[in-house]
Amino acid sequence: MSDTRYDLFTEEHDALRASVRDFVEREIRPHADEWEAQRDFPRTLYERVGELGLFGLKYEEEYGGSGPDLLADAIVTEEFTLCGSGGVAAGLGAHKDLGSYYVYRFGSDEQRKRWLSPSIRGELISALGVTEPGAGSDVASISTRAVRDGDGYVLNGQKAFITNGSKADYVVVAVRTGGEGYPGISLIVVDKDTPGFRTSRMKTVGWWTSHTGELFFDDCRVPAENLLGEEGKGFVYIMQNFQWERVVMALAAVAAADRTLEMGIEYAKNRNAFGRPLAKFQVWRHRFADMETEIHAARCLTYHALRKIVAGEDALREVSMAKWMATELDWKVSDEILQVHGGYGYMMEFPIQRAWRDARLGPIGGGTTEIMKEIIAKTYGL
Amino acid sequence: MPAAVATTFFTAEHEALRASIRAFVERELAPHAEQWEADGNFPDWVFEKMGAAGLLGLSYPEEYGGSGGDYISTLVLKEEMARCGSGGVGMAIAVQTDMATPPIFKFGTEAQKQEYLVPAIKGTKIACLGITEPNAGSDVANIETVAVRDGSDWVVNGRKIFITNGVRAHYCTLVARTDKPSGYHGFSLFIVPTNTPGWQVTRRLDKLGMHSSDTAEIVMEDMRLPGEALLGEEGRGFYQIMWELQGERLVAAAGAVSGSQLLFDRCLQYAKERKAFGKPIGQFQTMAHRLAEMASEIAAARELVYDAVWKFNKGEYPVKEISMCKLYTGIVVNKIANDAMQIFGGAAYLMDVPVQRAWRDSRLMRIGGGADEVMREILSKMRGL
Repeated sequence: MSDTRYDLFTEEHDALRASVRDFVEREIRPHADEWEAQRDFPRTLYERVGELGLFGLKYEEEYGGSGPDLLADAIVTEEFTLCGSGGVAAGLGAHKDLGSYYVYRFGSDEQRKRWLSPSIRGELISALGVTEPGAGSDVASISTRAVRDGDGYVLNGQKAFITNGSKADYVVVAVRTGGEGYPGISLIVVDKDTPGFRTSRMKTVGWWTSHTGELFFDDCRVPAENLLGEEGKGFVYIMQNFQWERVVMALAAVAAADRTLEMGIEYAKNRNAFGRPLAKFQVWRHRFADMETEIHAARCLTYHALRKIVAGEDALREVSMAKWMATELDWKVSDEILQVHGGYGYMMEFPIQRAWRDARLGPIGGGTTEIMKEIIAKTYGL
Repeated sequence: MPAAVATTFFTAEHEALRASIRAFVERELAPHAEQWEADGNFPDWVFEKMGAAGLLGLSYPEEYGGSGGDYISTLVLKEEMARCGSGGVGMAIAVQTDMATPPIFKFGTEAQKQEYLVPAIKGTKIACLGITEPNAGSDVANIETVAVRDGSDWVVNGRKIFITNGVRAHYCTLVARTDKPSGYHGFSLFIVPTNTPGWQVTRRLDKLGMHSSDTAEIVMEDMRLPGEALLGEEGRGFYQIMWELQGERLVAAAGAVSGSQLLFDRCLQYAKERKAFGKPIGQFQTMAHRLAEMASEIAAARELVYDAVWKFNKGEYPVKEISMCKLYTGIVVNKIANDAMQIFGGAAYLMDVPVQRAWRDSRLMRIGGGADEVMREILSKMRGL
């Protein structure tokens, strides 16, 4: 034990958390309502986050980072979640943990300098394009095709539900370069202005401020040097980063559920019914206690998964458990807190409806609850 | 550079301890489980044998016969005791190691430690804890047993109920009211040898589960105790018992997780072996997903307990986290046990299949040591509600 520590976060981490929280409170939260109304948030926020170094915590200095420290990066995820708009957190997160992280994990030094470094500075916005209208968690079935042609690839196909898709400067796209099934898949970076590539924005139930896009490739020609890693390894790369994506979603869900519960308790303390605050009714006090307990249990499970990832151990089972439990819990807590708000909970002027809509994506995105249970069952030989 | 992150707090020493406890439990205890359940009791030699093996004092200092280990050692014992096959045995041992004796170690005089703690660690004296009464359980402040000063002595009158180990205990760590009007400050702890005149075991209670453990109803009638029977400071009993309850709840939670895991392992094996409609039942998607849910809930419960154990081991007093552990693990173990009943189907409903025993035994977890509702009261009060 002497050369390792069991306490996950250090004092430096705590200091980082305090400063990120302060930034979020001062520079994001006050704009949340306005940005929700606009269904968008400014690009300058990426630059501001980049300026503060918060996109660079898991990267070495040579790329403009200050890490590598995955735990510091996890703290940023937790704190961004508290910004008051699920879409802003998602838009920042998809850039931080998907698009640009793929370039780092699977790209060459040259590719890192070209796409990752400006992403760390917040000058380029990234997205990851895997899901298609007919293939989500079933990644091996994607049909967007990239055919080798001289010194490039020609892409044809369509992607759907891509966070940042209609806003990103570049997208890491999963394409079929080979035959059927998982060995035929590769990753290719497509810059926004590439001829034959266009996007459109989809309307979503929640995450209003984030751009959820459809991507269309019509004879879209991309240079061969945009291939990330090896041809045919795309499926493996996607499976690898799924673990990070899912633990990030679990971290965010725990943080969101915690904030939503706090919102509900504050409301219940101030709303009187039958001559006393709602928070003094035993049924609500006990429901709050149950939620607080379940949130802490989900946090402990999620930290366990994170701990294993940071230590470099296989965390497939733990991550899958944390992802479904935390996101389902966030959804359940949001629904309970909507209930404590009564009629006001149904009004668009109260923030709980937003938390409720935003939370619903958790059990769907990044692999559904059902997919998580399939994975867990498989790890037990079922 | 800070040290690298560890994925566990168990050291090689803890794992060696685990292996030796597991071997002991499987060799000395598990083979007798059926018999002890049928007898409604287990023999006193279990305490002596466990004492001789050093298992009753893992976290107590060596000067009292303990092993001087940390709290993680206690966690290891509790986790491994779940393998003995009978919830009542684990509970009786936990009363000895983590409920009746910690107040003596923490608040007792040197003479009291020599007289009561040392033999409890050896297993030659069996201890019980006397809190609950017919009209006061978690509502400790409502205790009616009264100890009145008479010269340098105390005279005690009252009743206690649901007292684990109470039928055969050599002594009881007792809570009594010593000053009627002063509320929380009016309670004190005593150590009562059970051969004291006036101490009577009036009933051995018949229970739904935990069959191998004895549970007593006690009446104390003009029971005279010497002044030195007082444990700790007069008037501090309420606070001392609130302290004791934290350790009690945490080991109970650890046991619930461990019991849940054993049930899950059994279910998984059964789901792979038992066939229906031409394939193992575990190959049906709803069954596979149910098992995935069970495994996830147990993992969350375990990490919740480990978080509290780690804090407790560092010397913190995490009442909130421990209350959460007690509440959450109680609900989880009951759900897992009920899931196990469903997975085993008709076989589970037969008394000679052990799943039903775990199902009956685990039901106590949501009642004993503070009911679910009491945990929720504590948690909501701590949040200012």
